[in-house]
Amino acid sequence: MQKYLVRRFFLALVTLLSVSLIIFIMSRVSGDPRHIYLDDYSTQEDWDRMGVVLGLDKPYYQQYGIFLKGAIRGDFGESVREGRPVTAVVIERAPATLLLGAVAFSISLLVGVPLGILSAVKRGTMMDTFGKVVALIGQSAPPFWLGIMLMFLFAVKLGMVPPYGKQDWNSIILPAVTLGWYYAAANLRLVRSAMLDVLDSEYIKLARAKGVNSRNIILRHAFRNALIPPLTFAGVTMGALVTGSLVVETVFAWPGLGRLAIEALFAFDYPLLQGVVITFTLIYVTAAFVVDVLYAYVDPRIRYS
Amino acid sequence: MAADLSGIVVAPPTRRAKAAGLYRKLKRLPIIPLSILGLVVFAGLFAPLLAPHDPEKGELRERNMPPAWSGGETALKTVVERMTINERTTSVTLSDAQEVDASAQLGDQIEVFTRPAGSSKFLLGTDHLGRDVLSRVIYGARISLLVSIVTLAVGGSIGITMGLMAGWYGGFVDEFLMRLVDIKLAIPLILIALVLVITLGQSLWIIVTVLCLFIWPRFARQVRGEVLQLKHMDYVSLAKVSGASTARILFIHIFPGTINTLIVVATLQVGIVILLESTLSFLGAGVPPPTPAWGSMVADGRDKLAGGVWWISTFPGVAIMLTVMSLNWFGDWLRDVLDPRLRQLE
Repeated sequence: MQKYLVRRFFLALVTLLSVSLIIFIMSRVSGDPRHIYLDDYSTQEDWDRMGVVLGLDKPYYQQYGIFLKGAIRGDFGESVREGRPVTAVVIERAPATLLLGAVAFSISLLVGVPLGILSAVKRGTMMDTFGKVVALIGQSAPPFWLGIMLMFLFAVKLGMVPPYGKQDWNSIILPAVTLGWYYAAANLRLVRSAMLDVLDSEYIKLARAKGVNSRNIILRHAFRNALIPPLTFAGVTMGALVTGSLVVETVFAWPGLGRLAIEALFAFDYPLLQGVVITFTLIYVTAAFVVDVLYAYVDPRIRYS
Repeated sequence: MAADLSGIVVAPPTRRAKAAGLYRKLKRLPIIPLSILGLVVFAGLFAPLLAPHDPEKGELRERNMPPAWSGGETALKTVVERMTINERTTSVTLSDAQEVDASAQLGDQIEVFTRPAGSSKFLLGTDHLGRDVLSRVIYGARISLLVSIVTLAVGGSIGITMGLMAGWYGGFVDEFLMRLVDIKLAIPLILIALVLVITLGQSLWIIVTVLCLFIWPRFARQVRGEVLQLKHMDYVSLAKVSGASTARILFIHIFPGTINTLIVVATLQVGIVILLESTLSFLGAGVPPPTPAWGSMVADGRDKLAGGVWWISTFPGVAIMLTVMSLNWFGDWLRDVLDPRLRQLE
């Protein structure tokens, strides 16, 4: 188990490093950062001095070294737009995204898993059909459109919740449902097919033959093994929730990292953008690591192979 | 002692039995998703013939017209000679009033349209620039089709080749490729796409490149898994012993064994590609306007919703949803048919 953990940890580090390299290359490919800081009236001297300040006079591998050294200390330079350290801006915006992600993730589990179990147990009934419809809509409707439609219906027409922004507690409902629906649908399908698989297995038949009642069979015997596929998927979900927040936060003007990234992008604020992308990656890698460890804990076959 | 069966003749199936058999087979085909997909492909191929209007040009005078079936809204307004902008909701000028009713006089109360009724000229209404929504939805199918076909061909080939190599060679190559897959999962690719579009400009090819980056790992993973199983088969060892080259074994002997699952993966991936392409278009990083793409059409109508103009965003979104839904539905059906192990579960 320890060996597995160590290996998994190093893999997470490798992923982070590679992402930082890709981001560094992209920031250099996209043009000289001095174009953002200096205007048309600057002289060649200003230009050179700025180059020294930003470390652009050094070879690329040293520049990457400087970037990396800063990144490890949590220093991504200053945001061009806001004139404050990138880290400060990111820390300010992160809670909103984490909150939205957490609520959406809970929705995906609280809706997806029970509906999946019910669909499998009551296969072929109205319940199953209902589950299928929920899953089909969730996996087919583009989140940005779903968000707009929910906003139109519940905020503009019915006036039940605020249409956008983060004001009262109920302003999180629409963005979280929009973000969570897709993954609720995915969980539903995964749990349903895993449950069907497990319910068909020998040990469940044995339990039935022994006379264990159905409720116990479903909750104690079948459910545990049916949890493994959604758990595997949870790692992917967390990462995708982060990307999904880009779209949903834009639609609902939710003041989180996703919207920050879009704002930074259209303001050509590269230091800020780098900081946000690294933060996104960090969130994903951490989540994937935690999930993998949990996974190895739940499924002994993983840690011993 | 065997019974003498020589006198027994099996009757050939009657025409009726044949028809019943064919019907049973057809009944199992998922008709709904297949017809929707057929419609989308047809719309994409014959868009210029089907679209009633030019999708990129519109009359500003005919902007924000509702769909044909929706009635307009009217209000009683007083006919006045002159009015300020604030009196717009209660008053109407004499010249405007006489266009509606030639006998209108100053001081009359007349019924005026505050929002025009839909007309059969624009079945699904018009957008904020007066362009026909129906024509734009029809043309929008083209972009989605083009992007998915190119992405699938390029991204799929890369993924399949990578997967074959990873599965066959194992060891370092395998580890390296699987790390690449991990990295791809960790990067918010939509952001990368946006950065590329902002620095290099909007174009179809950037979108396709990014989408290829996005989908190849799925193919690589699938193929790798299958190769790991197939490479220990006897027929593969035989091919090796008889001196077949590695490339020959991989592409002639092993690859055909993976096709069944690949078809399923490809169908489901097209749905994801269409969703992603529309997401990029929605965020303003899709094909450059005024070319109609479903995602950017949804974005066009977004800030008109508060004014009750719902049709600009709704219809392209419905088109995306129906297309992706049909692909998922069809993909599930294919999986059941092509993979007998799963058939009994559904």
